[in-house]
Amino acid sequence: MARLGGRGNLDPKKVSGELFSLTYGALVAQILKDYENVDDVNKQLEKMGYNIGIRMVEDFLCRTSSGKCHDFRDTADKIQLAFKLFLNLSPTVTSWSSTSDEFSLIFDTNPVAEFVELPDHCYNLRYANILAGAIRGALEMVHIEVACWFVQDTLKGDNVTELRIKFLRRIEDSVPPGDD
Amino acid sequence: MTIFNLWLFDEKGNLIYYREWNRKKNTSMERNEEAKLLYGMLFSIKSFVNKLSPADMKDGFLSYKTSKYRLNYYETPTGVKLVMNTDTTVTHPIVRDLLKSVYGQIYVEYAVKNPMYVLGQPIESELFGVKLDDLVRASPLFKA
Repeated sequence: MARLGGRGNLDPKKVSGELFSLTYGALVAQILKDYENVDDVNKQLEKMGYNIGIRMVEDFLCRTSSGKCHDFRDTADKIQLAFKLFLNLSPTVTSWSSTSDEFSLIFDTNPVAEFVELPDHCYNLRYANILAGAIRGALEMVHIEVACWFVQDTLKGDNVTELRIKFLRRIEDSVPPGDD
Repeated sequence: MTIFNLWLFDEKGNLIYYREWNRKKNTSMERNEEAKLLYGMLFSIKSFVNKLSPADMKDGFLSYKTSKYRLNYYETPTGVKLVMNTDTTVTHPIVRDLLKSVYGQIYVEYAVKNPMYVLGQPIESELFGVKLDDLVRASPLFKA
C-alpha cells in the first residue's frame, strides 16, 4: 500500500494504482470465498488494514517529518495528506461534530474499488474496510484511539463514499517496565 | 568527534536494538538491566523537563552533557526512542539529524518494512545491522 502512484514521476518505487486496485480486488474475492460470511470478511479486512496501518504510520512520519498532532483537526489534515501520499486521493474533510471529536472524509468514488460491482448477496460487504482499519492502526500508534466506519458507499448506490472517524480517547504514555 | 553507542527503544520501553562502536568503559550490569536503567532515567528526565519548562515545548528533552560525553535523544510521534552517546565536541542538532536518518533510512526501511520483523521485538536482521553501520560510519561525526 505504501508504494502507490502520485509521488512524482521521478520515484522508481512508483506502482500503478490499477495494480493495487486489482490486487486488492483479488484479495477481497478470495477472503469472500474462504469465509462465505460477509460480516467475517468485513472483520478480516479491518484487521488486515490495522496491521498495515501500524507500520505505514512510520513510513508516513519519516517521509513527511511531521510531529505530534495538537488537536483532532490537525489529525484530520494529516490523514488527508496521507491519502494524497499513499493513494493519490484528495478526500474532503467535512461534517465536524460540534465538539470537534468527529468528522467525515468524503471520496467522490470508492477509493479502492475502481472496477467493482457488488453482487446482491454481498450487499453488506464493506468493500474498502481495509482503509478504516489502516486509519485506526496508524492513529493508535500515535496514541490516538478512534472508531472508523463507512456511512455511505458509491458501491451501494450512494452519491459519494463517506468515512466517519470518531475520536475515542488519548492513549497514555506507558511507564517503564518493572523488574519482573 | 566520536560516536560511542546507540540504543533503540520501542514505544513501551523495550530495548529493540543496541550497538556500540567505541565504548571504553563497561558496567558490570547485564545489557537488559542497563537498558532498563537508561529507559527509567529517560522517562524521568522527560517528565521532569516537561513539568519544569516555563513555556510550552515543541520537542521536549533533547540532550545532556557531562564532562566526558553527550547523550542525544530523539523520540518519534509513535514513541520509538533513539539514544546516541557521542563525545562533547559534537553539538546536538547534527546528532539529531543523524538520529532522524537512522529512524527514516534504517529503522523504517529495514525493520518496519520487513514483514518478518515483529514490532516491539529485538531486531535481529543482519541487513539492518549492516545498513546501520554503513550509515553511522559514513557520517562525518564518526572518527574512531
